[in-house]
Amino acid sequence: MEWMAWTLPTAIFFLSIGAMLIGMGLLHVKYPSTPRVGVLGIETMRGDRLFISLLGSAFINLAWIGLLDAPQYGALIVCALFAIFVFRWV
Amino acid sequence: MEKTVNQRAWLLVLPVLVLVAFSSIIPMMTVVNYSFQDSFGENIFFWVGLEWYQELLRSERLWDALGRQLLFSFIILMIEIPLGILVALSMPKKGLSASVCLVLMSLPLLIPYNVVGTIWQVFGRADIGLLGRTLSDLGISYNYSQNAFDAWVTVIIMDVWHWTSLVALLAYAGLSSIPKAYYQAAMIDQASRWNVFRYIELPKMRGVLMIAILLRFMDSFMIYTEPFVLTGGGPGNATTFLSIDLVKMALGQFDLGPAAAFSLMYFLVILLISYVFYTVMITIDKDEAKQ
Repeated sequence: MEWMAWTLPTAIFFLSIGAMLIGMGLLHVKYPSTPRVGVLGIETMRGDRLFISLLGSAFINLAWIGLLDAPQYGALIVCALFAIFVFRWV
Repeated sequence: MEKTVNQRAWLLVLPVLVLVAFSSIIPMMTVVNYSFQDSFGENIFFWVGLEWYQELLRSERLWDALGRQLLFSFIILMIEIPLGILVALSMPKKGLSASVCLVLMSLPLLIPYNVVGTIWQVFGRADIGLLGRTLSDLGISYNYSQNAFDAWVTVIIMDVWHWTSLVALLAYAGLSSIPKAYYQAAMIDQASRWNVFRYIELPKMRGVLMIAILLRFMDSFMIYTEPFVLTGGGPGNATTFLSIDLVKMALGQFDLGPAAAFSLMYFLVILLISYVFYTVMITIDKDEAKQ
């Protein structure tokens, strides 16, 4: 595994993503998600909304790095707000 | 009667998951790890945090390459999609001539990318190439290795030559699936050729055209071999598209950290565009199913 150059922050990052996917999978088994049409006008399930949240968060982080000199945890707060918006209204 | 829910069928997906893990997920994780570190070789890494991302996002190099890439994809889509439809509409619908046409249309698709680049490299040379020599003899100044505009024109024509037939074949498949009753109804209504195309053929081809646009966009967005063989990214950086720039960074300069950060940003753009296209296609399929 040495060739993969693991570090603690990246390991925590991937574990979080993995935990989210497993959590969503278990949630789907227990409480199956039903499709709904939100503000984007597309039909989404719970998994779709997680995907949109993660992809959007990646771009929010990149925009934060590229445009601002503020600490990165600020981007995480924006990402959390974005995810809440996506899960509630998309 | 209550429907039985059996989630054990998901286990059948496991072999695919293992394959995807080894071919995509593990390499992707490694790239993420590299993007936050610096290395001088021998598997020794130093944590640098967000430095590579900051450097790249604030450098002109990435934005210039992205601009060139988007412009290239836009131009080839603007040419290949209408041209492919036009070719498909002109192709014979049945008989031996239809089969001959299909075989001929498939030929460019069978040629390996590096061979296409080499063909056009020789074809465009002003001293020995048929195209280059003919243009020179006609008094037209043309040199794809020294003039940026000529290089762009050659790369675009090469891509159009290589891939328009894919669009044409997909559009042809879409056209072939239209029931005759639609044309008969149009004939009874005395619809013009344009109206037949606008209200029957185009809506019926929508699904395959979306696939064609998606395939051509993704492929053109990741283009590497043909322009690399033809121009090497030059003259200057005129045809240095994202993938060529990435390879220069990763293998030419051996800057693994910045190249990893570059790859991830490149991947994210592709993922976003793929998701948008995929969603549009699914929406179209559902709309068609409802009709």
